[in-house]
Amino acid sequence: MSASSSSTADTTTSHRVVTLAGAAARRAAIEEAVLPAIVALLVAAIVGDILILSFGQNPGTVYRLLLEGTWGNAYGLGQVLYKATTLTLTGLAVAVGLRAGLFNIGAEGQLAAGGFAAAMVGLILPSGLSALVTLPVYLVAAAIGGGVVGGIPGVLKAKFGAHEVITTIMLNFVVLALLNYFVAAHMRVADSLHTAEIHAGALPPLSAFISGFHGSAANVVIFVAILAAVVTGWFLFRTRRGFELRATGLQPQAAEYGGVDVRGVWWRAMALSGALAGVGGLNFVLGYKHYYEDAFASGAGFLGIAVAIVGRNHPLGVVLAALVFATMSQGGLAVNAVVPKQMVDVLQAVVIIAVAASVPEVRRMLRRGR
Amino acid sequence: MILIAFLVQTLRIAIPYLFAASGGVVSERSGLIAIGLEGYMLGGAFCAALASYYSGSAWVGLAGAMAGGVALALLYAVTVIRFRADQVVVGIAINLLVIGVTRFFLRLAFHSSANSPRVPGFGAEQSGTGVVALAHNPLVWLGLVSVAFVSWQLYRTPFGLRIRAVGEHPAAATSVGIRVAKIRYLSAALSGMLAALGGAYLALDQHQFSAEMTAGRGFIALAAIIFGRWDPFRAALACLLFAAAETLQIQLQGAQLIPSQFVEMIPYVLTIVALAGVVGRAVPPAALGKVAD
Repeated sequence: MSASSSSTADTTTSHRVVTLAGAAARRAAIEEAVLPAIVALLVAAIVGDILILSFGQNPGTVYRLLLEGTWGNAYGLGQVLYKATTLTLTGLAVAVGLRAGLFNIGAEGQLAAGGFAAAMVGLILPSGLSALVTLPVYLVAAAIGGGVVGGIPGVLKAKFGAHEVITTIMLNFVVLALLNYFVAAHMRVADSLHTAEIHAGALPPLSAFISGFHGSAANVVIFVAILAAVVTGWFLFRTRRGFELRATGLQPQAAEYGGVDVRGVWWRAMALSGALAGVGGLNFVLGYKHYYEDAFASGAGFLGIAVAIVGRNHPLGVVLAALVFATMSQGGLAVNAVVPKQMVDVLQAVVIIAVAASVPEVRRMLRRGR
Repeated sequence: MILIAFLVQTLRIAIPYLFAASGGVVSERSGLIAIGLEGYMLGGAFCAALASYYSGSAWVGLAGAMAGGVALALLYAVTVIRFRADQVVVGIAINLLVIGVTRFFLRLAFHSSANSPRVPGFGAEQSGTGVVALAHNPLVWLGLVSVAFVSWQLYRTPFGLRIRAVGEHPAAATSVGIRVAKIRYLSAALSGMLAALGGAYLALDQHQFSAEMTAGRGFIALAAIIFGRWDPFRAALACLLFAAAETLQIQLQGAQLIPSQFVEMIPYVLTIVALAGVVGRAVPPAALGKVAD
């Protein structure tokens, strides 16, 4: 045996070891992502059973009703997809922030601001335009509206070190009060809290393509949400800026030492996060109602936090988590005749707490097992 | 006379803030972010109404509120201390949880999706909103005392010293034999109890619980804590300031000088400004929100 051939054998073996290690690491990563979700669903099912039994109903019946009213018919599915659209965008918003090490609690206000900005543009645009022309305009308007609201806490953090958790919470209240003022004082239709109807380039509902969705609120913004998830994934994992963003999130000092402009990443990540949430506003304002209505966000921004946490800040996870939370929200309406729909609010909160509590636990367990 | 009416109304509005802010200061100074104050208050309001309704006594209502607040705060503390969950995530989830749970049990216990029936409160039924009615409400006095109590406890007792130690430098506290987790559990319980009393004040004052009746008051208390730079007395002053602004807005409503939305913004804008450090930066406890090892 010559020296060279033995060295070749060595490299082959070590190469195989590396691949095995890679596969094991991937399997561990998947386990780490999936186990907490399973734990959370189990805990939620138990809590759900208790709530349903306390109301004197049969859990099996209620869960069957819940599934039939959501995935069991085209209308229910359309409603789930509609709700998942907004949640995907607010979930992506929170996930991008968390990847940069920033906790954006302001998605609620950013979502509203994005919807408001798009509505303002829509009220100005001439009514004859087609959706192909207006959609890009609306997208930009909503992204700017949300991006500005998200960018402010980012700049405050980069320039003054103001903690983004508190500033985004506080800014939510400021933005929502401000928008309420604009609508209530200046642009509402009598006896309502919404603006006049927008006629410029209505975004078509999904029922225009698949008639089964008729009556549901699902609309083409769902494709925007899917595209946003793909682009966000590409940006985070395939571009230099995305790498810098994740490096900053993992260890800002190390990133800074490696030449990353950490403060720049902070405000840009917050602006991007806000822009994603802002685009979510299109779903209600231009895809569904065709007017801006005060307080339309109604918690979808806060649920975005849940979606990001359960989806483990990964675009694919966010989309799946958005579907789960949307199913729960719509399912609440489906079972409301039997048990109060607030049951699902409780279960959503339980899922968040269970995932948040089991992630560190599962990580430690897996590490110990190796 | 106008001045007295103004002060009375300011105090009425400030009492729930004072309770929640005093509790929140304890929690935050021990290193636990107090985002869940809103949930503790709402839970407290519901438990107060429930216990008061079934017992016929407002005092039992208070006990119920305290029990509910402590239970919620311990749920928070166990998940973030024992299970090392993220404090912000769990805090927000607690708020969502309480909104859902109170609405669910509102339907279960009172068959209503909006509010409870009339429940016993403190003092004479029709004593109005004047200074006499205010002075006859033990919760008003308790709210004022809670500020002094928390301040005394934080700065003048060994327990308070420990709270501040685990909030600033848990590793150092551990090295001198302080059990960080125990101090934080106690701080959380105290914060839940006090915030819940703030919620109880709301429910017993209005003689009923209505869904989501705290309406963001927990977050105003959180703003007051930060604006008061994590000091009980300064936080209390911030509470009074925010309450005075609200009172002014209510009393000037006929005049339409400033739109009410802009008055609503005052606490939040002031807090953002305080955090950005334009006038004397607000610096949180060093270990706030961090996992202790």
